[in-house]
Amino acid sequence: MAIVSRGFAGRARTVAPELPPGQYLVDDFPVLSAGPTPRVDLDSWEFAITSETGVQHSWSWRELRALPSERFTVDLHCVTKWSKLDTAWGGVSLDTLLGAVGTSADYALVRCYGGYTTNLPVADLRDGKAWIVFEYDGADLHPEHGGPARLLVPHLYLWKSAKWVRGIEFRADDKPGFWESLGYHNYGDPWREQRYWGD
Amino acid sequence: MTVRRASWRIATVTALRRESATSRTLVLDVPDWPGHLAGQHVDVRLTAEDGYSTQRSYSIAAPWRRTQLELTVENVRDGEVSPYLTEVVEIGDELELRGPIGGWFVWSAQQAEPVLLLAGGSGVVPLMAMVREHADQASTAPFRLVYSTRSAVTAIYRDELERAAGAVLQVDWIFTRQAPTAGGRSAGRLSAADLLVDGWLDVQRPAIYVCGPSGFVESAATLLIAAGHEPGRIKTERFGPTGDQR
Repeated sequence: MAIVSRGFAGRARTVAPELPPGQYLVDDFPVLSAGPTPRVDLDSWEFAITSETGVQHSWSWRELRALPSERFTVDLHCVTKWSKLDTAWGGVSLDTLLGAVGTSADYALVRCYGGYTTNLPVADLRDGKAWIVFEYDGADLHPEHGGPARLLVPHLYLWKSAKWVRGIEFRADDKPGFWESLGYHNYGDPWREQRYWGD
Repeated sequence: MTVRRASWRIATVTALRRESATSRTLVLDVPDWPGHLAGQHVDVRLTAEDGYSTQRSYSIAAPWRRTQLELTVENVRDGEVSPYLTEVVEIGDELELRGPIGGWFVWSAQQAEPVLLLAGGSGVVPLMAMVREHADQASTAPFRLVYSTRSAVTAIYRDELERAAGAVLQVDWIFTRQAPTAGGRSAGRLSAADLLVDGWLDVQRPAIYVCGPSGFVESAATLLIAAGHEPGRIKTERFGPTGDQR
């Protein structure tokens, strides 16, 4: 049971939309990252999906951009408590990319330029829930926000939406990624407030 | 692996210290705190009388000393929680917090390599925890803190840092708007020259920690990489708004 904070009123909340527990609304777009922003050259950029048997499918920048893409609007929830609503993105659905790769694996490990990793169940990449995005708010995705391309899985906390994505590895076992090894929740559902280990 | 949830704990404010016009240190008594590493942060939860509650993260400013936990909070204009912590809270008040959080942006005295700390504004707080831990543990690892702030008036921990500077801790001030005395470095943002300092070059392979607003971190990391430091040796922590819609 929470204790009441003497003298704390909080912001006016008559217009506060429904947010996941513990989140607050922002209008700007904060940047968070564990290291320097990698600068990725589009001529050598590559995105690869590797199956659990080691079969690899890869796309150059040109090949990725030639795939059918979609524009969509979603809400973002960061584990550092901010939420940003109605963000507009453009990118390729993971369903399109997974169509090229057969897998019966349950787990995925996402790898990035700069060395970042994150893990999630393959099921969370399917059925219109995940994209490789390269456009934000009608413009090329800025490097600080993960450009040229990032994974976007908006139903999970935003650390799962790996910036500067370079590949997805399907695995029979669930290997914790960067933050998942450093105290953050393995799955990260904002609506169940799965921020940290044991939540 | 069985992991115990980081539960909410009740902390009691035992002392308050004004650090600058806009920042304040809260010394908290947390009887069952599990301890923490220098650089970690906590989540603070406030609850209004009608049950409305909100959470924010704050860096821990000092090593764990028996039952005392220190947070230094900068008052963010139009903020919801920081004005309460910097202006309203009194000694004896209770706050809910949980943690420690974050296992990446940390330093421990087991690390022997040189350490370069770059602070922008209140980004100095987790770096100050490292400086204090370094002193408490009598570490001989060379430390250099480069602290960028607008002027002497906005500087946090200035007296303590001036006193602590010595053989194993070099402190360099970057005043971006107004330098306090003539003859020193003139006012201006962090530049390449501030990083090309003997003992702190890429060949010395320091571990580097950069903390501050996003714009500061981005430009500092760019300067560091241009100076030859490996990206893999640079840890960053950013906070606050971007100030734009990018």
